[in-house]
Amino acid sequence: MDSVTKVIRWIDYRLPFFSFIDHELRGYPTPKNLNYWWNFGSLAGITLVVMILSGIFLAMHYEPSTKEAFDSVEYIMRNINYGWLLRYLHANGATMFFIIVYIHMFRGLYYGSYKAPRELLWMLGVVILFLMMATAFMGYVLPWGQMSYWGATVITNLFSVFPFGESIVEWLWGGFSVDNPTLNRFFALHYLFPFLIVGVVILHLIALHQHGSNNPLGIDRKEPRDSIPFHPFYTVKDMFGLGLFGLIWAYFIFFNPNFFGEPDNYIPANPLVTPAHIVPEWYFLPFYAILRSIPNKLLGVLCMFGAVMILFFLPWLDTSKVRSATFRPWYKWFFWGFVIDCFILGFVGAHSPDHIFTDFGNLSNQTLGQLTTVLYFAFFLLALPLLGIFEKHKPLPKSLSEPVLKKSIIVLILLTLPHTVSAEDVPSIPQEKWSFEGPFGTYNREDLQHGFQIYQQVCAACHGLKQVRYRDLAALGYNAEEIKAIAAEYKVETTDEDGNIIEKPATPIDTIAGPYKNEKAARAANNGAFPPDLSLITKARPGGPNYIYALLTSYETTPPKDIQVAEGMHYNPYFPGGQIAMIPPLSPGIVTYDNGAQPSVNQMAKDVVTFLAWAAEPELEERKRMGYKVLIYFAIFTGLMYFLMKRIWARVKN
Amino acid sequence: MTEGTLKPQSHKPTRRDFLLLTASAVGAVGTAYFAWPFIDSMNPAADILAQSTIDVDLTPIPEGQAITVVWRGKPIFVRKRTAEEIRAAEQTPLSELIDPETDQARVKKGHDQWLIVVGICTHLGCIPTGNKPTQNRGKYGGWACPCHGSLYDTSGRVRHGPAPLNLSVPPYVFLSDTHIRIGTEEVSHG
Ligand code: FES
Repeated sequence: MDSVTKVIRWIDYRLPFFSFIDHELRGYPTPKNLNYWWNFGSLAGITLVVMILSGIFLAMHYEPSTKEAFDSVEYIMRNINYGWLLRYLHANGATMFFIIVYIHMFRGLYYGSYKAPRELLWMLGVVILFLMMATAFMGYVLPWGQMSYWGATVITNLFSVFPFGESIVEWLWGGFSVDNPTLNRFFALHYLFPFLIVGVVILHLIALHQHGSNNPLGIDRKEPRDSIPFHPFYTVKDMFGLGLFGLIWAYFIFFNPNFFGEPDNYIPANPLVTPAHIVPEWYFLPFYAILRSIPNKLLGVLCMFGAVMILFFLPWLDTSKVRSATFRPWYKWFFWGFVIDCFILGFVGAHSPDHIFTDFGNLSNQTLGQLTTVLYFAFFLLALPLLGIFEKHKPLPKSLSEPVLKKSIIVLILLTLPHTVSAEDVPSIPQEKWSFEGPFGTYNREDLQHGFQIYQQVCAACHGLKQVRYRDLAALGYNAEEIKAIAAEYKVETTDEDGNIIEKPATPIDTIAGPYKNEKAARAANNGAFPPDLSLITKARPGGPNYIYALLTSYETTPPKDIQVAEGMHYNPYFPGGQIAMIPPLSPGIVTYDNGAQPSVNQMAKDVVTFLAWAAEPELEERKRMGYKVLIYFAIFTGLMYFLMKRIWARVKN
Repeated sequence: MTEGTLKPQSHKPTRRDFLLLTASAVGAVGTAYFAWPFIDSMNPAADILAQSTIDVDLTPIPEGQAITVVWRGKPIFVRKRTAEEIRAAEQTPLSELIDPETDQARVKKGHDQWLIVVGICTHLGCIPTGNKPTQNRGKYGGWACPCHGSLYDTSGRVRHGPAPLNLSVPPYVFLSDTHIRIGTEEVSHG
């Protein structure tokens, strides 16, 4: 016996850690016929760990105060080493977590994994779902953008329907509106809840290991040859699944990080202005649709909560004794109908309530929502109880080892919910070609420098770039001395030895502040309009760079006859409402580039938008470069795991 | 249970072993790379690194006194020494020192009036007193640490324990006779 074994024996005799692992992994008998839908449980576990890790590291840099929160998130994105990676990993991770968990649940629903003796296993899963929803909601509030703030307001107000609602809501807020106390407690709870989830996951696993996994045939294991040990068969299969999952997750992090986000959340929270269309994150859309479809406030809220609560009763609502839908010819159809219904509910939730689908015979979103809500509940309250009584199931196989079925090929369709909200009177934004677009796009240095010149000579008169520091301009190709000179042209306030506020030239580490001291001063100088900070402008507007370009190049001197342009306003068809306070900023000859060229207005617009896109996403080039490495890595990992899996499984062939 | 999965069979390297090794290696390397961004995120952020130099104007400092400036979050003592203090520092025999170092090695040539040291006791990190003549400077006339009684001389060298090392000298450079830049040894660095 070598010394390592001795140490292990010694420990194990006192703390049976190793025998526990051995028993639960290698000794744990698992049905031999699990298909790929059984991969999602372990994926959810891995995602939870990654979320907790990335969350802890983000929390090291995040500031939970209404004054600091938004800027601290941008600080993470721009200054913390790999901060952008941590944040995008975490933000997209929430989406991935819900995709995984929803698939995991639908799998349970299809194969009847909630039926005796696994009722508690299922109910613990529903508890996890509840905790996840609360965690995700509070996490979405933390960046303190417009959607964060108004999402928090709307969701907390849901509780006002209950008796003593007003007091409950004020208790949730710690004040009379969503404010600093709210943000602080959400941060504290957002940090706590994942650990509660871990606790419930442990219970979930204990319950799982009591009777073992269900399987695609839904029948109990009868003979020893029905089972195989979890390790190595399912560990390797889970690793293969992890590789594929990593590819998808990495794609979004590195190449499309804001796909699931809302541009409005890159606008700092403003308690006085609600965004035109507030939408929750996609994973809440079906529930949000149920809430909105019901015209009565109390009933709407109850139905929304009920839509999740009803899952607790699923084991008893389904009266059929047969688990797997494979042997339930009718239930199968109802199941897929239910899946489609959930997707339609999500679709309804993504569109404004008064939307009319002209393509579908002028169906109103409201009606569609009501119809799908009724179907949602009918599935649980009517279909499931009645099917168990009237449905004739197919004969069940004797054992797992009696082959009955051909493998069905399943295609996973990623249904992308349209993000566009109908804005009827704004013309659609023309698409320009940008050097930084696409998976290989980079910023053109010359365009960036020209764009920065335009910013300095034109935009800077009214707009700041407060998330950007002068030293960041090194990315445009300026050297240290040039940056110093650029910074020195601006003034920053500081206090001298005697406590007086004095102005001194800015240094490279200062941020590019706007010309106004505060919002009031800005409004006073601009006829009541507030020139927004431009640091994030291309991320904070639907349409992004194309929108800014269209706005800059589409000032029309003669507005359409039916439009009365107000005093001090200018007609611009791309601005919501058509009237904008900003004077046409670009005109021929307003800027001469360092190389002596006199650019056209379109050229200027193009350059300044390129510069602003850089200001919003300075990490873009590094992000894509790293993305390729990560994708290649996961491709190799997946391939290796695939071959290893084939090797290991070769022995189990019947 | 399928036979042969629990007990390793007679061990000849097989293709499966090779695959398993490669896959584990790839997994381990991936995990290590995955860990790096997390670890690195705890290092000083880009903008904090950029604040690594500060310029100090020496004109307001009276002879016989020191001021404290903050560089990278640490107190830096900038002391204008009297002729008497310089002499004391230069004439101390190295054999009397706990951490032998000449005074010339601790100041810039031609600027021996100026002593610039990191004001952190090398014992456990307290800040010694003695910048002003009214404060306790200890019997060696430099600084005295209030925490556990370490004493420093007019060259910032430790003369009495428990501190093991002299106050360290940060990198700095004279931009002119009245200005220094702390954090770099070169004039051009920005
Ligand atoms: S810290 Fe200065 S003597 Fe201990």
